Amino acid sequence: MSEMEKLKPGRIVRAFDWIYPTLAFVAVIALWQLIVKLTGIHAFVLPAPTAVISRMQDATLLLAHNTPPTVIAILSGFLAAIAVGVPLAVLIVAFPKFDKSFYPLLLGSQGVPKVALAPILIVWFGFGFVPTFLIAMLIAFFPIVIDTVAGLRSIDPGYLLLARSMGASRLKIYWRLLLPNALPHMFAGFKVAMALAIVGAIVGEMVGSNDGLGYILVVANGNLDMPLVFAILVWLVAVSLILTGLIELLERVAVPWSRKSRNEVMARGSA
Amino acid sequence: MARQGHRHRSLAMIEIRQVQKTFRAKDGAVVALNDVNLDIGIGEFVSVVGPSGCGKSTLMMCVAGLAQPSRGAVAIDGRIVSEPFTNVGVVFQDALLLDWRNVIDNVLFQIEMRGLPKAEYRDRAMSLLERVGLGGFERKYPWELSGGMRQRVALCRALVHNPPLLLMDEPFGALDTLTRDQMNIDLLRLCEGGGKTVLFITHSISEAIFLSNRVVVMSQRPGRIVEDMTISFDQDRTLDIRSTAQFVEYEKRVYDVFRQLGVLSDKRSSV
Repeated sequence: MSEMEKLKPGRIVRAFDWIYPTLAFVAVIALWQLIVKLTGIHAFVLPAPTAVISRMQDATLLLAHNTPPTVIAILSGFLAAIAVGVPLAVLIVAFPKFDKSFYPLLLGSQGVPKVALAPILIVWFGFGFVPTFLIAMLIAFFPIVIDTVAGLRSIDPGYLLLARSMGASRLKIYWRLLLPNALPHMFAGFKVAMALAIVGAIVGEMVGSNDGLGYILVVANGNLDMPLVFAILVWLVAVSLILTGLIELLERVAVPWSRKSRNEVMARGSA
Repeated sequence: MARQGHRHRSLAMIEIRQVQKTFRAKDGAVVALNDVNLDIGIGEFVSVVGPSGCGKSTLMMCVAGLAQPSRGAVAIDGRIVSEPFTNVGVVFQDALLLDWRNVIDNVLFQIEMRGLPKAEYRDRAMSLLERVGLGGFERKYPWELSGGMRQRVALCRALVHNPPLLLMDEPFGALDTLTRDQMNIDLLRLCEGGGKTVLFITHSISEAIFLSNRVVVMSQRPGRIVEDMTISFDQDRTLDIRSTAQFVEYEKRVYDVFRQLGVLSDKRSSV
């Protein structure tokens, strides 16, 4: 941004914005610690934050060992959902008959709780990576299709008239016009999809895997090792923050023109 | 490309014959254009003025082949227009720039969509931008430009492939008066000596007279042509020309037509 913008008071306020959530976070943790200490709740009901942190330090190796399978399941499920969801969305928008035939089916299929499919998938594919990956993909797939369809249809009809006056082929219109135009919508879908893929992978590991964070969560729970359960949860929060942050970052690089970022510029200007 | 129709010898580039356009609406058919006949010669700059909703944009869409007349036909270079006519540059009221492309790539969008070699047109694109005062802005993005600058980019995009025909649908309608005046001058400069045929739709009478060799006046809906004036001035077209007796006389003639049609009335209408 320009030099003028740097001088605006809005920027200074924004620079210290992180203070508020940080203070709130610290306050919540302190309150938690205080309640546990004052009430003397047993650690296998609610462990104190200090207990969780020290358990986390003990379990570093366990966490480190079980993180890659989970992250791989999340990312592969997420990417597969994009690989299937985006082309499907293009087909829905490009071919009205396909849309009429399959879109209702797609919407209806959302009534099926994906988590409930886990036992079936285990019967079909056995324990391990495959059912976990499939649950992550199935659950992440829907928002990608919906948002990509919405994005492709969000084009101002004027652009289509313009493209037709240029004698552009259908393929070019999709590739150079509709898809780039859909990207802001698509990224909104990707963010939701990533959050859901995390849920899907964890659930998949809880029911059908021999490793991964979801698996050790079930084991720790079975052992009534509540500090470890909480340690795994805290670690999972960190992992999902990183993964969703990755999408945000990618969005900023790939879609600098998105309405959101433009609105931010405006908000900063008026602050 | 336009389908081969029967050719007949004529100096006219565009022949509009008994064109009628009817739209289906909730309460029956709406006749937008009624028996429109118009010839536009090679190199002519023809403006169509008329009250809003008179079908002048529809007329341009029919010429561009982006809409088909319900009755009658449009021919360009002796060929009936039955699909989008592509040997043309089109400018709409909205600049319709692509947010993900910078200025130069927006201009070259025309070249890409046509499958022409981009490298060969880059210099021409740059010099066009230079001529409309956008030199040095090639790397800017649409959201960093003012409305007038965006429309200038759209104008360069319409001209970059050097089309013989320019179709403009209220291109400066959304701009403020000063920007509009400058755009009018820029457009005249760009078209000077280029031998381009221009069909220019506007609701501004003075803009039409300032720019054109011919001003065609349309009635309110159902639109038909009620006046066809040849415009010529004894002096060069500069902004000062608008206060000359000749210019004022042309304006008066158009206003008189609108008065006869009942579009304008000196008496206050009883609401």
